Amino acid sequence: MLCPCACLADPLILLLVFHLSRKVTSVVPESCLLILLGLGLGGIVLAVAKKAEYQLEPNMFFLFLLPPIVLDSGYFMPSRLFFDNIGAILTYAVVGTLWNSFATGTALWGLHRAGLMDPGVEAGLMDFLLFGSLISAVDPVAVLAVFEEVHVNETLFIIVFGESLLNDAVTVVLYKVFNSFVELGPAHIHATDYVKGVASFFLVSLGGTAVGLLFAFLLALITRFTKRVRIIEPLFVFLLAYVAYLAAEMVSLSAILAVTFCGICCKKYVEANISQKSRTTVKYTMKTLASSSETIIFMFLGISAVDTSKWTWDTALVLGTLFFILLFRAVGVVLQTYVLNRFRLIPLDRIDQVVMSYGGLRGAVAFALVILLDREKVKAKDYFVATTIVVVFFTVIGLTIKPLVTWLKVKRSDHHKPTLNEELHEHAFDHILAAVEDIVGHHGYHYWRDKWEQFDKKYLSQLLMRKSAYRLRDEIWDVYYKLNIRDAISFVDQGGHVHSAAKLALPSMPSRTSMSESSVTNLLRESGSGACLDLQVIDTVRSRRDKEDAAMHHVLRGSLYKPRRRYKASYSRHFISPDKQERQDKEIFRQNMKRRLETFKSTKHNVCSSKSKARLKEKGRKKKNISLTKETLNGKTHRTVPWQDAAPVLVMVSSEEEESDSSETEKEDDEGIVFVARATDEVLQGKTTPGSLDVCPSPCIIPPSPTLAEKELPWKGDQADLAVYVSSETTKIVPVDMQKAWNQSISSLESIASPPGIESGHQHRRFACPVLEEQPQSASQAMPEQSSCFQFPSHVSKSGRSQSDSSPDGPEQQELQPLMATEEQGRMPPSAEPRWLMFNRASHL
Amino acid sequence: MGSRASTLLRDEEIEEIKKETGFSHSQITRLYSRFTSLDKGENGTLSREDFQRIPELAINPLGDRIINAFFPEGEDQVNFRGFMRTLAHFRPIEDNEKSKDQNGPEPLNSRSNKLHFAFRLYDLDKDDKISRDELLQVLRMMVGVNISDEQLGSIADRTIQEADQDGDSAISFAEFVKQVLEKVDVEQKMSIRFLH
Repeated sequence: MLCPCACLADPLILLLVFHLSRKVTSVVPESCLLILLGLGLGGIVLAVAKKAEYQLEPNMFFLFLLPPIVLDSGYFMPSRLFFDNIGAILTYAVVGTLWNSFATGTALWGLHRAGLMDPGVEAGLMDFLLFGSLISAVDPVAVLAVFEEVHVNETLFIIVFGESLLNDAVTVVLYKVFNSFVELGPAHIHATDYVKGVASFFLVSLGGTAVGLLFAFLLALITRFTKRVRIIEPLFVFLLAYVAYLAAEMVSLSAILAVTFCGICCKKYVEANISQKSRTTVKYTMKTLASSSETIIFMFLGISAVDTSKWTWDTALVLGTLFFILLFRAVGVVLQTYVLNRFRLIPLDRIDQVVMSYGGLRGAVAFALVILLDREKVKAKDYFVATTIVVVFFTVIGLTIKPLVTWLKVKRSDHHKPTLNEELHEHAFDHILAAVEDIVGHHGYHYWRDKWEQFDKKYLSQLLMRKSAYRLRDEIWDVYYKLNIRDAISFVDQGGHVHSAAKLALPSMPSRTSMSESSVTNLLRESGSGACLDLQVIDTVRSRRDKEDAAMHHVLRGSLYKPRRRYKASYSRHFISPDKQERQDKEIFRQNMKRRLETFKSTKHNVCSSKSKARLKEKGRKKKNISLTKETLNGKTHRTVPWQDAAPVLVMVSSEEEESDSSETEKEDDEGIVFVARATDEVLQGKTTPGSLDVCPSPCIIPPSPTLAEKELPWKGDQADLAVYVSSETTKIVPVDMQKAWNQSISSLESIASPPGIESGHQHRRFACPVLEEQPQSASQAMPEQSSCFQFPSHVSKSGRSQSDSSPDGPEQQELQPLMATEEQGRMPPSAEPRWLMFNRASHL
Repeated sequence: MGSRASTLLRDEEIEEIKKETGFSHSQITRLYSRFTSLDKGENGTLSREDFQRIPELAINPLGDRIINAFFPEGEDQVNFRGFMRTLAHFRPIEDNEKSKDQNGPEPLNSRSNKLHFAFRLYDLDKDDKISRDELLQVLRMMVGVNISDEQLGSIADRTIQEADQDGDSAISFAEFVKQVLEKVDVEQKMSIRFLH
């Protein structure tokens, strides 16, 4: 028993070692390492035991090893990109795989008939077709790893990735069909059986997909009601996905497709429902399970490769197979691309095609399938095993793709820092294109996606998402983006702070780089998201200008009208709520109408524009007043939830959304937020009820001395919590947390940024003031019904800006905090005490 | 509608449009039928009101600017030729066009023409410069009301500062092309797929 344990542990440990050394993995992809490791281990095992003790059992493979791999890739599929390119992906996965398997099988059979093979290869057409089906499972793990590293354009990326995911399913279905044919024996197969085979192919795949969708729905629905039992959330995710697998298997539908689609479709809702901790758990467990399964499969591969009794060599078969799979892959890709390009706006060019053909390497699934063949039925199994091992070893070729990609000048995805101009103009482009498409009156893919999204927003999301999650989900994205940028800013600031004396090891870098090593799919997701800032690029530039830039970015990001159609492949699309869309539509409509009326009145443009602007201002002011009163009302009815937990004390600056949250008792109970400082609300109320802008404390009154502020940095403790969101690897974030984290960082920024000259007696105000000042920030994400958020926008923003302008050093110091947070966590607890006192004092006021 | 469209459109006209815009025959007839269905006055030209009747355009923040882009200077009617000429800016660039001879007139869907179209949306007074005011106007259209004029102003300043090279506090077309959008895949982002 010890031996298998050691066997399993060894590669994982070695894997860890390899991951630690960046150099190795930058040269050799993970799967190649695994194969080599498997070889080594197999050698050891064989040397020790004299004979191969371990066999890959069909049951073990299909019941335990395959599901995690498939679930992992399904769940982490970037769904927006996937569905944007679903036509191409489906074509390559289904048609391509069918073509590959039939062509390869037939060609090999031809080779056999021509007498070029060893007579020992006893195989008929069916056997070769079976072999062709299993060998056509393209598994471009190595290629994807390289793609990730060199940032090839995302279209190419998603096509290769999506194909590799779906064609596993197609391969398994095909394999099973042929396997049953072979087992039946060629003599017993009638013409109707072929028809049945074809029919069953579609039935099995579509049925599997349907089962997957059904369970995705169930899973989403269940996670909606797990609020009080957070601990079992991850369990449900795995359990239901697995049940989907078993259920599909039971009715002999494609279990692999069931799991895949269960993963793809449930993700959006599950992620919105479950807690942050559960999300992390799900993510890492899934990754771990998947890589364990892959490791185990590759280990078996290594063992079989060393064990000569397992395979028989036949040069003609091996060379023939290698030649044919490469040839047919290339032919298939070229033919399919030719057809697909007729329908694509962005055609796949020749270089893309070369890379795709080149990327058609085989992996773990192919090997597992060949090992599972029944020697009794498939006489030539040993030959097939040898061939498959050789083919899989060709994965190592994947190594050479990097120079190839560079040499061919494959279109890279641009990872330069987005400038304000680009953001602005690209936004304009989107509007322009939407308008032109409306004028042309052509409803294509985007039209239908729009329809689906409306359906999703109206019914599905409402049904499957928690109320709080549903309401907050578009803010999530905005705030996430901001935090991302904030992260980047702190990065830049830190660079500036240390004066880049040494090539400093930027604290948040490790987390990212280790990510890139550990999982291709993860990074895929990251790089696929349009809003993800590339930190690696940013660490080269550090200046105040960048800071300002970033601040602008998030202001814009928050309040630019969302075009109805975007080419940019960002998943934010899913986070736009219908009411926001409607609201902005109405707003634009009104504006446009007004403008048109003005044009009627006078043809001079200057006059009309200034007039309409004035009007807008007026309207805005009116709104502000209304919202002001609303806010006070809400402030009164607002329920504060003072409760306490062990570790870091956190001030929750409750914004409108959160208030309604707590009143609906939909509050996330795991957010690590400890209590809502009542003082904050009281002071806020006191300030707002007069309803006059003058009462709003101007920044020069409140500010504490920086040294003091540094001593008692109120956010220091908070960062332990905040750190989680700042790290770039959290793509999914609990909305409330995010909002809070954002608020906190803003408020802390404001307080430290203020000039010196204040006694500690005013401390309570430091909490009052940030609250007011962060309002315009949250207003940018606020929904119409929450319009109360934008009180005092003009005034406050002015003060906010002058503040940050007046003392540029302040924010820098503050920005350091998030990055240091994890270390600080250990040191922080003692400081919790004084802050307690602070709050108490404040609450007396 | 289709049959009516094709009868009204003479072959030689189609040929000319084809040469000018690069659209295919079927695309032209398809767009012509769209044109006639928009043309409520049935006089062979489109007025601003015709465009404004499209419901989606009313909720497009840049809707008016884009409609204006269809009209030649000083006119308030656009005929089918003009309509097509404007739409041609959005035709994706095809492979075989890239290698075409450089001597002939630049096709309407070239990168610089696409950019020029976008530039003209900003540049109201046609002085080949995007001034701060012009930028502000567009910004005002594209952002919601809950952003203050002050913030907008600083955004505009920043934007201009970012692109401005010669220090005239405005973005010229050269700056627009070079400084602003050099790294943007304009060919792709300013193209839509016209049905064949």
